[in-house]
Amino acid sequence: MNEYPLKLEGENIPMVRFQKVTKRYGPLVVLDSLDLDVAEGEMVTIIGPSGSGKTTVLRMLMALETIDEGVIYVDGEPLTHMEKNGELVRASNKHLRRMRTSIGMCFQHFNLFPHMTALENCIEAPIQVLGLDKQEAIDRARDLLDMVGMLEKADEHPARLSGGQQQRVAIARSLAMRPKVMLFDEVTSALDPEVIGEVTQVIRKLVDKHNLTMLMVTHQMGFAKEISDRVCFFYDGSIEEQGPPSQLFDTPQKERTQQFLSAVLEAS
Amino acid sequence: MFDWRWEFVWEILPRLAQATGNTLLAAGFGYGIAVVLGLTFALGQRTRFKLVTLLIREFVEFVRSTPLVLQIFFVFYVGPQFGIMLRPWTAGMIAIGLHYASYLSEVYRAGIDSVPKGQWEAAVSLSLSPVRTYSRIIIPQAIPPAFAGMGNYLVGILKDTPMLSVIGVAELMHTANSIGSESYRFLEPYTLVGVIFLAISLPTAALLRRAEAKIRLKLGLKLR
Repeated sequence: MNEYPLKLEGENIPMVRFQKVTKRYGPLVVLDSLDLDVAEGEMVTIIGPSGSGKTTVLRMLMALETIDEGVIYVDGEPLTHMEKNGELVRASNKHLRRMRTSIGMCFQHFNLFPHMTALENCIEAPIQVLGLDKQEAIDRARDLLDMVGMLEKADEHPARLSGGQQQRVAIARSLAMRPKVMLFDEVTSALDPEVIGEVTQVIRKLVDKHNLTMLMVTHQMGFAKEISDRVCFFYDGSIEEQGPPSQLFDTPQKERTQQFLSAVLEAS
Repeated sequence: MFDWRWEFVWEILPRLAQATGNTLLAAGFGYGIAVVLGLTFALGQRTRFKLVTLLIREFVEFVRSTPLVLQIFFVFYVGPQFGIMLRPWTAGMIAIGLHYASYLSEVYRAGIDSVPKGQWEAAVSLSLSPVRTYSRIIIPQAIPPAFAGMGNYLVGILKDTPMLSVIGVAELMHTANSIGSESYRFLEPYTLVGVIFLAISLPTAALLRRAEAKIRLKLGLKLR
């Protein structure tokens, strides 16, 4: 394991580093020795055909999936592993739980807790995990709900909210943990077209006003082009091509990227 | 034709009323044990410890595959051979509690399985501990779908309390038997026992349905 440092040190260490990360489901290789660095404050969008492993990247970073080879680092510290007697060993559940607090994730189907109001959704983890006292957690949650335009609905249960509203609450819920990295996994894919805008609006606000590191998987090429610092095109478990959005969308170099983009363009 | 004697009915009613109290006590207490222990069984089958899972599963299977009356006899009569002397009430509560805990554990298990995977993932992504995840996120969502099954077993345990008469718990059936053997009249006591059970079961079932609707509403879940 010598090729993997116990800690990333020095200046300009990336907020997120995938180092030679491989993920298999049985014989199927979902990610093949992936190397990917994301700088602090950077917004990276992942695009690609389904089955290319793009969602898996986010799920591994959230530690919802284990990895088979390689190491993932978050803010210089190993996430998938931990140090023991000067060596990296597989992370314990406790280590994972601690590391996960730096990462927030929003899901395609929101996954709000249906038996809690919007506000209760946003204060549960800050109280239980971060140890905030209730009033402080409520103040913080109300600020965030206000930011996503959902303060009026703070006392509603998710069942009474539209998809777009639920997703905005889910974003507030993740932000309430003050993560360093935010992950957006196809957050607009389950939404009706007319409410997609209200969610992208919130993400845009985050990009403009906050120095959050973000990874986003999306099918909305226009939004990706407008908002990303960098776009990665995934194909067959690895990054086929990456670059600034203008370059990747306007002058893609690889044939597969061109094919994918023209297919997507045709569909929309 | 029937030889139905109302004056005999009035005569035995106070004794049956008292026994009804015992029946309700036995059902309530046994159900209390079953509700708590059943959840313990259900959660115990989800731990990392394979041996615990296996032992609980085998126990649940065993209990579900053998008659309740045998289990009651077993706890009461076989126990003393191992130095465990229990009073009829205690033995009865243990037997019926364990019996229904085994059934309820399956109801809970189905309820827990019905909670969508996304709920677990949301809890994990928020770093909630396993205890918090179960107590705050999973179990509150597992109970409403389990509620109908839990209600069925509440009525079920009530109807099974007469089995406790075999070891001498003075509940309704036991009392009706005593009355019968004292007076040689069985029509009135047994009929009354039936009527009393009906009078308890029917409103209970109706109350449960209303309680279910209320719980679902309170938890913000859709009505079924």
